[in-house]
Amino acid sequence: MRKLISIAAIAAASFTASVSAEDIAITGGKAFTNGGSGEIENATILVSGGKITSVSSGGAVPSGYRVIDASGKWVTAGFMAADTSLGLTEVSLSGGINDATAPAEKGAIGLSVVPALNPANIFIPNTRIEGVTRAMTRMTNSGDMWLGLGAVLKLNDSDMVVQEKAFLAIDLDEGSATEVGGSRAVLWSKLNEKFQAAKDKMDAAAKKDDDDKKDDKRPSAADAALNAVLSGDMPIYAVVNRKADILQLIAFQNRFGVRVILGGGAEAWMVADMLAAAGIGVVLEPSANLPGNFDTLAQTSAAAGRLHASGVKVAFIPPGTHNSRLVVQNAGIAVSMGMPWAAAMDALTVNPAEMFGVGDSYGKLSAGMDADVVVWDGDPLEVMSSPDAVLIAGVDVPLVSRQTKLRDRYKDLDRSPAFDR
Amino acid sequence: MKFRGLNSTMLKRTAMVAALGLVAAACTPGDGEQGEFVDIDRDPFLSSYTPLPSGTTLITGATILDGAGGRIDGGSILIENGKVSAIGTDIAAPADATVIDAAGRWVTPGIIDVHSHLGVYPSPGVQAHSDGNEVGDPVTADAWAEHALWPQDPGFIRAAAGGVTAAQLLPGSANLVGGRSVTVKNVPGRVAQDMKFPGAPYGMKMACGENPKRVYGNGNNSPEYRPSTRMGNVAGYRQAWADAQDYQRQWDKYERDYKAGKDVLPPARDLNLDTLAGVLRGEIAVHMHCYRADDMGTMLDVMKEFDYQIASFQHAVESYKIADKLAENNICSAMWADWYGFKMEAYDGIRENIPFVHKAGACAIVHSDSSSGIQRLNQEAAKALADGRKAGVDISKADAWTWLSLNPAKSLGIDNKTGTLAAGKDADVVLWSGDPFSVYSKADLTFVDGAVVFDRLNPDNNPVMDFELGQPGEGDAK
Repeated sequence: MRKLISIAAIAAASFTASVSAEDIAITGGKAFTNGGSGEIENATILVSGGKITSVSSGGAVPSGYRVIDASGKWVTAGFMAADTSLGLTEVSLSGGINDATAPAEKGAIGLSVVPALNPANIFIPNTRIEGVTRAMTRMTNSGDMWLGLGAVLKLNDSDMVVQEKAFLAIDLDEGSATEVGGSRAVLWSKLNEKFQAAKDKMDAAAKKDDDDKKDDKRPSAADAALNAVLSGDMPIYAVVNRKADILQLIAFQNRFGVRVILGGGAEAWMVADMLAAAGIGVVLEPSANLPGNFDTLAQTSAAAGRLHASGVKVAFIPPGTHNSRLVVQNAGIAVSMGMPWAAAMDALTVNPAEMFGVGDSYGKLSAGMDADVVVWDGDPLEVMSSPDAVLIAGVDVPLVSRQTKLRDRYKDLDRSPAFDR
Repeated sequence: MKFRGLNSTMLKRTAMVAALGLVAAACTPGDGEQGEFVDIDRDPFLSSYTPLPSGTTLITGATILDGAGGRIDGGSILIENGKVSAIGTDIAAPADATVIDAAGRWVTPGIIDVHSHLGVYPSPGVQAHSDGNEVGDPVTADAWAEHALWPQDPGFIRAAAGGVTAAQLLPGSANLVGGRSVTVKNVPGRVAQDMKFPGAPYGMKMACGENPKRVYGNGNNSPEYRPSTRMGNVAGYRQAWADAQDYQRQWDKYERDYKAGKDVLPPARDLNLDTLAGVLRGEIAVHMHCYRADDMGTMLDVMKEFDYQIASFQHAVESYKIADKLAENNICSAMWADWYGFKMEAYDGIRENIPFVHKAGACAIVHSDSSSGIQRLNQEAAKALADGRKAGVDISKADAWTWLSLNPAKSLGIDNKTGTLAAGKDADVVLWSGDPFSVYSKADLTFVDGAVVFDRLNPDNNPVMDFELGQPGEGDAK
């Protein structure tokens, strides 16, 4: 036990040392400063105090800056996986608690996922060393349709939460209807009733003068969340796939005037023009192209390109939280099925940044932005490319994870390499 | 023993042995007439596969990976009568040939996925279609995947679009012994037999580790709660093999006695032990779901104890820890490029598993276990190749393609027919729009036995499964 404690103390010490942001210049690379556009050759990107301070072509490097030579390489903003349970899920199957699922909880409207986050989760380094530096995270399951308030994370070792209560997640899919009365008729009725009641309460409160309000109780967390949604301060993230259900969602949005992000969206491409007109962005899984159930009959990997062509903002879901890093491959798959490369790059950066309300500080390579910068050894969307350097909020993150340590330990097979550290 | 299926087997056998004893007492050699010799039909579900109509095709100017580690730049391949008839750089077009100029494009052998549940866990994945795990008894060697194979699974066409020309369809991993697999050619069929790869040996699915002990150990699926530990798992395999040995001895004795002129009754037929005994006779290959190195290490000894061969460990997430032992024992590892972490026995997955197994001289296979993954196995190989190179393992693209066709064909026992591009081999061929190690490349044409089963550039010619007919998205680009 004593030995364990001392190891933990050493780890904590080295971890503290590694988080101090340096002055760094990334030079010589081909940079994409605004998603997939804003290409700059021979870019000089200066990073100080965790922020990007300057982006220019061929700019000089001030003294005192450590240079990362990106000659012949590609430089982008760190990518964002736009729907995950990072930090909430350890080992999803028979491996202990999974904080992304709360099957016994109903009415989780005002509940934030942030207290459950574990920055020591091994998926976080595994994800960031592949160039994915940001993630939306949320619960995936509860006892009804309410999935609580999700967050936007940066995938460093501390201060992960960029935006708490970034959105209210609601499951409006087949599985949720099964939990809520067993029918979509019940599900949509309950959703509309809940928002109508919250709206009536808000309207009534607005009519009171300040004197009348002084005896009001503080709103419950659930009321506060619904009020934030109804007043346009917070979007809802609605998980829904079937075309008929998506039309219900558009009607719901019209009724209450709320901001909506559509998650899943297997058949969203079929109503792309309506979604564009309604300003509803879609977060989808580009590799999904099978009729997995009767909600996803028309699912196709061509969806991302079609939605983009209709003017819908798109972001990407990775194939599972543990493989959040594969959101990059998913972007490549979308390109292979017709999405323009630049649009797929937008879908990894500026689009999710804007959808989830962090576009002021993340998504672009420009002065004033958090310095999430990745240097790639080739086209970042190619499956054979990978990062040579990853900066998160100005910190040059070591490209080390539990996986790379296992790799190094077993590179040359010994009888028992357990003592190789 | 508390393994329920084996209990009933043992009861049956006790009765049968008693009956034999009575027969033997009543009859001596040469004394009176013999009954007809009972010879079990070991192949009652014959393949009805017939190749689709095909013409003569010459593909020219392509970068060809032959699947055996060879690469030809500016290469040509001639397909005649459903077979590869020539491969090289300067092949004259026969008069009746369709000539395809493939400049800038690549040609490879068709991809063979050794781990698919298409047809047995088809799309849509509704409960009514859940046909892959015969839960209720941990040893179900009598369950055959082909009896659950729904040929209308839309996943088969998506797989063809990903260049998959053959696949092994397996039962799931809920059971210690899940049952027989079936190897198919990836062509539409009306019945399962229409897809069966002619002459392919059967496989048998077994499973290590967490799944069987979880499925039974929680008591929901077995009144006897076994297995509930890895110890119970191994006890279950060993008892099953011991019973199979016993069963085979009964049949051998029956044959000896009959040939000696005795009027003897055959042993009672046991469908479970039929398949297990088939493995011990070397007729059926074992494909064993096994993640952890120590689980695999245990199975190496069980394999030797009962004298059978494991053709492959499936998933094999920790093969990199024992790749030398796997090479010594001639066992393939069928692996993902980067799946890990979704369960404890997958916790130690690394991205370099495939190249590290390759480096150790062991047989490496890229597999999917997924209706989505099967569509992009070329990309999985590409990721593994890139990760290996970055870790200092120098592997060519031509060698990496052995993970996708030759090695899977070897593990399935069909490498004499497919898996490489050589004269006389089945023309299971993919023409890629570009380098198949790029995320942007697609299969332009997928040939099975020389016939086009998927044509990306002429989508109206592509098959649509019955289920998708008349539904939203019918015939769409997927």
